[in-house]
Amino acid sequence: MALATEQFILNIGPLHPSTHGVFRMRVTLDGEIIQDVEPVFGYLHRGLEKLCEKHTYKQNIPLTDRLDYVSAINNNWPYVAAVEKLAGIQVPQRAEFMRVIMGELQRIASHLLAVGSLMNDMGIFYTAFMYMFREREKIIDLLEMVTGQRLLYNYMRFGGVSMDFPTEFLPALADFLKIMPGYLDEYDTMLADNEILLSRTKGVGVLSAAAAIDASTSGPMLRGSGVKWDLRKDSPYSVYDRFEFDVPVGQNGDCYDRYRVRMEEMRQSLRIIHQAVEQLPAGSEKTSVPLRLRPAKGEVYTQIEAPRGILGCYLVSDGTEKPYRCHFRAPALINLTVLRNLLIGQKLADAIIIFGSIDISMGEVDR
Amino acid sequence: MTTSVDYNDLASQLQGQFGQGFTPAEDYVEVPCAFIAKAAEYMKNTLGFDYLGMVTAADYADHFEVIYQLQSIKTNSSALLKVRCPKDKPFVPSLANLWLGASLQEREVYDLFGIEFTEHPHLKRIVLWDGFKGYPLRKDFKGKAYGASD
Repeated sequence: MALATEQFILNIGPLHPSTHGVFRMRVTLDGEIIQDVEPVFGYLHRGLEKLCEKHTYKQNIPLTDRLDYVSAINNNWPYVAAVEKLAGIQVPQRAEFMRVIMGELQRIASHLLAVGSLMNDMGIFYTAFMYMFREREKIIDLLEMVTGQRLLYNYMRFGGVSMDFPTEFLPALADFLKIMPGYLDEYDTMLADNEILLSRTKGVGVLSAAAAIDASTSGPMLRGSGVKWDLRKDSPYSVYDRFEFDVPVGQNGDCYDRYRVRMEEMRQSLRIIHQAVEQLPAGSEKTSVPLRLRPAKGEVYTQIEAPRGILGCYLVSDGTEKPYRCHFRAPALINLTVLRNLLIGQKLADAIIIFGSIDISMGEVDR
Repeated sequence: MTTSVDYNDLASQLQGQFGQGFTPAEDYVEVPCAFIAKAAEYMKNTLGFDYLGMVTAADYADHFEVIYQLQSIKTNSSALLKVRCPKDKPFVPSLANLWLGASLQEREVYDLFGIEFTEHPHLKRIVLWDGFKGYPLRKDFKGKAYGASD
């Protein structure tokens, strides 16, 4: 006589070490095969877009830090760029280079966290993670030197950045640029033929290029699937057209490729910082902008390549000192669109790794 | 470098396909509400806009506006489309059957603006809970934090 079986519903999260914040997946299981997934959002919803309508333009800059709190500097960028475009503010050349240097440092810090916690998810508990946090700490020290903060920097301003590099920053950055490639080699030595990494990521969570485009994914998700699309290259904002760098892409679109793309992007970011430091012009770090800024009526959409993908800001001004509408295109939320398709038919143990390889930040998903 | 499409050209092409009502502006084309899914399908299949960048909405005094950003990865060009819908009948055809990428974004617009996307396969609240009263991003929203008594 056959045993009676039934489907099993499992809640992963909202408080689970692998959900990187407060995210819940309602998973329907048949044995350990996933039959259906329903992601549940909203545990960190703070109504940021509504708050933006209640504050003045300048008061909103620190709010944008709180979108994706592990890459705060990149989050300031589309918002200040949108306001600068609306109000016709010119950014000094030095400030543009400073934004690039700080933004790329932040990208490395963000990718280190993403890769480190992915290793945790797959069972390389805390060894790789602590190695990567050792270097992330060095970057955060550098950012602290400039901004005085360690997580939410509130760094960019309309028409520039909040403060110039202190005298000790550039020598410290040069030291960091000298040692960092060695550390990246060290990770590669440690992980290149790591049995846990290879057996648990190769061929797992395959996303085809067509599916990645169809689901509007961006960042390492899209490039891991082999689509060469990086706004820094394809639609250069700020001064990104002056640097030489490659856009790494994956072949198979599996979790391993997404991991490789992030590792390669860190090397490319180092290349960009090298060139930006060499070309860093003298001059002022910001222009003076009226305290009570009232951009002309109109609307604008700007986008940048944040560590997690295309981060956009749609801003409508009605001529007063508060935005009429401010929307952020959140790459982490949109990358999650494919989660259901990636998970169905996989084993439960792989679900955590596929989810980790998407690399979300709940502050940005829920806003 | 991403180039923006010529909106006069785009509007006349769409008019040739679907009839009157496509109004070009400086940096977008306004599409009649009923035609947005068909216009987007035409742009995807014939004009090569393969990537849906962004979907959002805005609340104005006498109408809602839904804003779409379309991108072509092959030709590196982008286009902004807008749809107006009346406040008493906020129904807009969904693009979620055309691009999977629209599904979560449309759910977010539905959640915060109360604009219903017809033929969306799974339209329900996303960041707020079922049973939440009102749509916070509407300008006339009165929550407890905004002065409502209860």
